[in-house]
Amino acid sequence: MSLSGLFLLIFLALHLALNFAALFSRELYESVCEFMDTNLLVQIMVPVLAAGFIIHILFSMFVEFKNWTARPRAIAYRVPNKSKALGWESKYMFVLGVIIVGFLVLHLVNFWAKMQLQHFIGGEPENAYDLLIALFKNPYYCAAYIVWFAALYFHVSHGFWSAFQSIGVSNSKWLPRLQFLAKIYAAVIFLGFSAVPLCVLSGLCG
Amino acid sequence: MSETKLQAKIPEGPLSEKWTRYKSTVKVVSPANKRKLDIIVVGTGLAGASAAATLGELGYNVKVFCISDSPRRAHSISAQGGINAAKNYRNDNDSVYRLFYDTIKGGDYRAREANVYRLTEVSNMIIDKCVAQGVPFARDYAGWLDNRSFGGAQVSRTFYARGQTGQQLLLGAYASMNAQIAAGTVKSYNRREMLDVVLIDGKAKGIIVRNLETGKIERYGAHAVVIATGGYGNAYFLSTNAMNCNASAIIQCYRKGAWFANPCYVQIHPTCIPVHGEQQSKLTLMSESLRNDGRIWVPKKLEDVEKLRKKQIKASQIPEEDRDYYLERRYPAFGNLVPRDVASRAAKERCDAGFGVNETGLAVYLDFADAIKRLGIDVVRERYGNLFQMYEKIVDVNPYEEPMMIFPAIHYTMGGTWVDYELQTTIPGLYAIGEANFSDHGGNRLGASALMQGLADGYYVLPYTIGAYLSHEIQTPKTDTNHPAFQEAEDAVKDNIKKILAIKGSQPVDILHKKLYHILWEYVGMARNEEGLKKALGMIEDLKKEFWSDVLVPGTNEEFNQELEKALRFVDYLETAKLMALDALNRRESCGGHFREESQTPEGETLRDDANFMYVAAWEYMGEDQDPVLHKEPLVYEEVKLETRNYKD
Amino acid sequence: MKFTLKVWRQKNAKAKGRFETYRIDGISPDTSFLEMLDILNNNLIREGKEPIAFDHDCREGICGICSLYINGRPHGPDDEITTCQLHCRKFKDGDVITVEPWRSAAFPVVKDLVVDRNAFDKILQAGGFISTTGIAPDANLIQIPKADAEEAMDASACIGCGACVAACKNGSAMLFVAARVSALAKLPQGRPEAARRAKAMVAKMDELGFGACSNTGACEAECPKGVSIAHIARLNREFLLAKIQD
Repeated sequence: MSLSGLFLLIFLALHLALNFAALFSRELYESVCEFMDTNLLVQIMVPVLAAGFIIHILFSMFVEFKNWTARPRAIAYRVPNKSKALGWESKYMFVLGVIIVGFLVLHLVNFWAKMQLQHFIGGEPENAYDLLIALFKNPYYCAAYIVWFAALYFHVSHGFWSAFQSIGVSNSKWLPRLQFLAKIYAAVIFLGFSAVPLCVLSGLCG
Repeated sequence: MSETKLQAKIPEGPLSEKWTRYKSTVKVVSPANKRKLDIIVVGTGLAGASAAATLGELGYNVKVFCISDSPRRAHSISAQGGINAAKNYRNDNDSVYRLFYDTIKGGDYRAREANVYRLTEVSNMIIDKCVAQGVPFARDYAGWLDNRSFGGAQVSRTFYARGQTGQQLLLGAYASMNAQIAAGTVKSYNRREMLDVVLIDGKAKGIIVRNLETGKIERYGAHAVVIATGGYGNAYFLSTNAMNCNASAIIQCYRKGAWFANPCYVQIHPTCIPVHGEQQSKLTLMSESLRNDGRIWVPKKLEDVEKLRKKQIKASQIPEEDRDYYLERRYPAFGNLVPRDVASRAAKERCDAGFGVNETGLAVYLDFADAIKRLGIDVVRERYGNLFQMYEKIVDVNPYEEPMMIFPAIHYTMGGTWVDYELQTTIPGLYAIGEANFSDHGGNRLGASALMQGLADGYYVLPYTIGAYLSHEIQTPKTDTNHPAFQEAEDAVKDNIKKILAIKGSQPVDILHKKLYHILWEYVGMARNEEGLKKALGMIEDLKKEFWSDVLVPGTNEEFNQELEKALRFVDYLETAKLMALDALNRRESCGGHFREESQTPEGETLRDDANFMYVAAWEYMGEDQDPVLHKEPLVYEEVKLETRNYKD
Repeated sequence: MKFTLKVWRQKNAKAKGRFETYRIDGISPDTSFLEMLDILNNNLIREGKEPIAFDHDCREGICGICSLYINGRPHGPDDEITTCQLHCRKFKDGDVITVEPWRSAAFPVVKDLVVDRNAFDKILQAGGFISTTGIAPDANLIQIPKADAEEAMDASACIGCGACVAACKNGSAMLFVAARVSALAKLPQGRPEAARRAKAMVAKMDELGFGACSNTGACEAECPKGVSIAHIARLNREFLLAKIQD
């Protein structure tokens, strides 16, 4: 759970870095896409990344089931638990995860299926930049993506420090520091990813 | 007639060599034979858990019983302050002899010299053992073990783990026991309450227990039975003992022929949180270690007392010159660190004189203002933080700002089952260890010595001495629990339960127990006299009749029934109460925790009568409606010169 | 003060439970919550009803036996206390108070508010000890840095009440296990068995039906002794390192 989570966190950072290319110019973005389509390492990493997602999701389902059996519905509390947990998001990681996966499917259909997948199956990929602009000019899509990133914000703001905690890279001193870093990281992810659709929608680029 | 039964079996030779000589000559049981021998241990406090663990390590088959859901709940867990040992790590001239002397003197010369010397001899090994178990004792900045001072001592010899020493020591013993459970030598039976000891041919061969979850009456057999069920302080209802602590096991043994020694020696601890009202169920102790830095006082002027009771002023507003630090005034040498019995009586004296500081007039102050000024609030917090927090949760007053209110409460019982040097009772094969026996504290126990005694008995004494008995039992086959003696004991237990459930009177057990509290606290409490004790005996008899005609116990035996548990225990408290009053009546002297008003110095201090009462009073049960018979074990002091206890200079 | 109490009643482990409502009056604010239940029970007994079964013992917050889930919080509405240290002054006059047992598949109900926490004993028997057969070397043979001893003490303050499991949405016993593993791992005496201990205790915990830790921190928030989840990080570290070495 934690290791796959950390792997996905690294992926998010890379993806975000590539997105920023779109903010600068069509040429830069297209060359980045070109690189991603042809670089051998990237080609190898794509199935690894997919596996990372699948492991993260399957494992989360397994843990959720195990935890459900530890307190089945039949013996649920009458008064819901009011314990002051570290944040509400920590209790709803699975729900957040389901939301994220839902949007992820939408995202894959919107972009990935029309871009990188075409390379793999030998089809004709669409122009990435055109695709991006066309999609984010639509305010509904824009809003949907921002909702997605918000869910991701909460998921990451817990998942980041939680992953370190779970692999034992934490102690009483570093626990609060990691929790703070988690908020920063989540905020960077949220703001960074939201920047592209917002810029496109507002006409700042494209 | 049977004075011969009271053979203390103290080994020959000089005091300091007795234990060594005993150990080198006592028979041992070979490992192959140990595997064939079963031992029952009842109780899982420090004494019981350490004994079970050690006997298991030695290779015996151990069955250990506790009344709680887990052995770790035993009330040793509540001990706060620390454990004594004569390590002399401070280089303040401590020694085995000094600890021995302090213990004998603290006990007001009513303990057995040889037992006490042995206790102090093994004290150092206890600390070694506990550190090896991972007990996180307090350490100084260099990483060496730290010590603090306790009442009745002029050296720092108390090892501690914050205010949770008992908890940490018990977790150590419990962990060792768990290791043996994992190894298969110890089997643990939780939520089982002993209801009788079974004798075959005069030897202890097993116990009858009630499974508290199902009510099933069960039989367990063994080659020897060890009682480690603690003291009988809960007879008083309000005490610092846990709610489930009870006297039943030792009273059952008493009824079967294990004589009961010195029941009148009850320790009243000076620093407890005062009673708030009739709805109170339990008193909470504030560790004696607080007297290291806290100063005890009451106002000098009665008008200040009036204002305090009306809440017109706060304690902190009373100027220094209007405070009476009565312990420092009366006992300059020891000051606030006088032994517990002395501190308790001094508090009672001030409150009787009308200086009690709360609404009930039954409280004195324990003040940390000076300590905070001297050491800084952080040091005080580090030393006593958890105790202060506990106080604030209960009383709702911040002790960093206002002095604590404290009052004496029943805490520990020095009396208990009579045992010889080998910790064997008057029933062969039946042993009593820890607070359950009477042996080491005389008339008063020093602070931080209960933990020491419990662990000494369990880790280092009983495992050696029990070999003396078991070495003769190696040919004895496993005890057959179908023996008629088990049937008889089980039937008696079942009849008793049936009888109690059938009464269907009008009073719940708690109500009757509170009545017993008032009798005992009033007449068998901090100060006793002949008239009061006789009156108490009559009242106890009446209360017994009241119980057997009017108690109301709901439910059945065949279920988890806490009221039935209480009722069964209460029957035994009545017996305990009678024993305490009889013994107190017999002992027409004051010594340690036993204060007879007829026997005091002009200053109101205890006045011993060594000519007539230098003996252990062991009581033999003679039947339900008869008074027990007194047997005397003379106390012989070879090493220590008898003196009047003096904590003044 | 007066209160309306909604209390979980369950005859035995197999029976189906239900809530019963009771009213109680004339309670002093200084009365503890358990003393209030004592009074209620004595009233019930006099009325010919069955008293409420609940575990209690030391009544000073250290034995860890009391285990009431009051108004949605293990040990009730105050921080760093056990149920026995909860006083009626923490409620408002006339409050409705719901009392439930710890709820966890690993802690079956015995009766009413009493649960079976034998699983904790089993976890500790799996390895929560330092083997010390025989005579030990002198206690001051090894210096232990004060900070390490203090941290071991912080972890060792656990009273085994199970509030962590009761509070955790996953019914996880990680804080309990971590407290013991961490307390022993911090001391030089505990090192030789550290790897075996971490693996054995975690395996036993999983076997006994506790949930997995998802770091919600509810355990720490409800722990009467304030045991920190930083100890869980140490447990995870000990466990992973031990597993890697296999």
